[in-house]
Amino acid sequence: MMDKFNTLSGIAAPMPLINIDTDMIIPKQFLKTIKRSGLGVNLFDEMRYDDDGQEIPDFVLNKTAYRNAEIIVGGDNFGCGSSREHAPWALLDFGIRCVISTSFADIFYGNCFKNGILPIVLPKEQVDQLMEDAERGENARISVDLEAQTVTSSDGTEFRFEVDPFKKQCMLNGLDDISLTMEKSAAIDTFEADYQARMPWS
Amino acid sequence: MTAPKTLYDKIWDAHVAHQDDDGTCLLYIDRHLVHEVTSPQAFEGLRLAGRKVRAPGKTIAVPDHNVPTTLDRAKGIENEESRIQVEALDKNAREFGVVYYPVDDIRQGIVHIVGPEQGWTLPGMTVVCGDSHTATHGAFGALAHGIGTSEVEHVLATQTLIQKKSKNMRVEITGQLQPGVTAKDITMAVIGTTGTAGGTGHVIEYCGEAIAALSMEGRMTVCNMAIEGGARAGIIAPDDKTFAYVMGRPHAPKGAAWEMALAYWKTLFTDDGATFDQVITLKGEDIAPVVTWGTSPEDVLPITSTVPAPSDFSGGKVAAVERALDYMGLTPGMKLTDVAIDTVFIGSCTNGRIEDLRAAAKVLKGRKIKEGMRAMIVPGSGLVRAQAEEEGLDVIFTDAGFEWRLAGCSMCLAMNPDQLQPGERCAATSNRNFEGRQGRGGRTHLLSPAMAAAAAITGHLTDIRDFEGDA
Ligand code: SF4
Repeated sequence: MMDKFNTLSGIAAPMPLINIDTDMIIPKQFLKTIKRSGLGVNLFDEMRYDDDGQEIPDFVLNKTAYRNAEIIVGGDNFGCGSSREHAPWALLDFGIRCVISTSFADIFYGNCFKNGILPIVLPKEQVDQLMEDAERGENARISVDLEAQTVTSSDGTEFRFEVDPFKKQCMLNGLDDISLTMEKSAAIDTFEADYQARMPWS
Repeated sequence: MTAPKTLYDKIWDAHVAHQDDDGTCLLYIDRHLVHEVTSPQAFEGLRLAGRKVRAPGKTIAVPDHNVPTTLDRAKGIENEESRIQVEALDKNAREFGVVYYPVDDIRQGIVHIVGPEQGWTLPGMTVVCGDSHTATHGAFGALAHGIGTSEVEHVLATQTLIQKKSKNMRVEITGQLQPGVTAKDITMAVIGTTGTAGGTGHVIEYCGEAIAALSMEGRMTVCNMAIEGGARAGIIAPDDKTFAYVMGRPHAPKGAAWEMALAYWKTLFTDDGATFDQVITLKGEDIAPVVTWGTSPEDVLPITSTVPAPSDFSGGKVAAVERALDYMGLTPGMKLTDVAIDTVFIGSCTNGRIEDLRAAAKVLKGRKIKEGMRAMIVPGSGLVRAQAEEEGLDVIFTDAGFEWRLAGCSMCLAMNPDQLQPGERCAATSNRNFEGRQGRGGRTHLLSPAMAAAAAITGHLTDIRDFEGDA
């Protein structure tokens, strides 16, 4: 089951690069994994580590201030490229629960909701303002309130964002496809009992 | 009076556990087959959410894609990632208590061969697996199709699938097959006619005299490749042959339950007057032994043909054919029977059953494969292997120069060490001839088991009718 998402107040990592694609988020050599979890260590692998596997100190998530980041403020068209669900899996495993940008690639946007990550679209000036805030590291926490549909910067400025009502409900209640189906488990139980009686061999 | 229904309609209706206003249904699943490649994240998802497998007794797991098929496989899997995937299935199957056939169990094999063999697949059922060739099970009059990893988790947790209904398509093969023509030729000829997208959004019901005349093995071969025609599933109405195949299998009903089941199974046919969204009819007499020449399963021609030219096609296919010919190293106008082969692979969920091995043995008996030829036979399950050995087929194979392997997917997709090298050309009884499918740069020609055996002997693609006389 997806974790519920209601409010979040955390450190935001600034990633102003545009067109951050899912290959960057999680390179293909990690797709043969048996897990959804555990991908966090390879999140942004090729930007994060050198050829010897050593951390590249300049990369934002390697900086002390951002090791516990829970939000990414990203450049335009975040999450483009391959449809791999490994991308949100990797973000979530690292601890990222929210990505803020001017725009997202479709599939990635949908995949985020399925995995309990809130993608927030805001106009350019507002993203720029939050990006500046994020640059200040531990000195600036950004707050997100899904119920109220607001993002609040460290100085208290509030921005309102839009979200699909159904997706919002699913996020607030931690519902994914499986959870939704499980809400109908009484119907499944009834059907199963009747079916089993009619077809005892099945 | 109720409207006449197709076989697909009947099975669908019997499994709708819940329906939303927009037509989205929760479809109840009777059998969930599981292999090591597409299931680990699904089990992990259950674990993270603290969920159980809702119906462990209807969930059947077997490792097949990554397992080595060499005789020394008891010593373990060398490739680390493959080994971990198989170990994960081991652990998940035991922890969640699902039915499991581990690598060292004689019943282990390709998941689509194991299901029917053990009597898990029965007429009228819904069967799913995180694998597109789940269509194979449609041969029993079951609604069977592949699903993605998220859906695997959904079925594990709820024993249902969120679905909208597909359209109905009928493929009728009338009359009788000519000598040398097999189920594999039928199913490939259909794809050659419809194209790889011809069945998109449909469930295909195969019917007609030529289909009814096929054995259960042959029907499984036909349904197996429904997916290569783009269809969601292939299905064949059950008949006395189906019931005879199922009877006595370990998990088939017995006694009173058998009688009850049989009575129901006999209602599983398309009613007179039921409508199909698409209908295709081929004459059995017109179907020749076929091979593929390109890199799409629709690139099918009778073995008597020549390699086509890009100019024989139109639209986007022209560029695709140029690319395919280049990849395959073939020139237009070349006779298909002149195409030299260096590797032969007989096996897979398409043609790894006992009847397929018998067909190959019939050709190979008393003959030797061409010098330098690499040839392997990979039975579809441990039980198929045992049966073949009981019939002495293994001796025919090894005498001819074939390697006689243990069960698994093997060179069908080359996830285990059985791979083609760049430029190697393989006559294969499997189902996909995509670029790199059998190994990076490898070239694949799909054909029937008898034709594959003949190619191993002559060293080139061969018309089984010239070779065998009265096949
Ligand atoms: S034999 Fe080939 S097609 Fe069949 S399940 Fe294995 S890999 Fe897939």
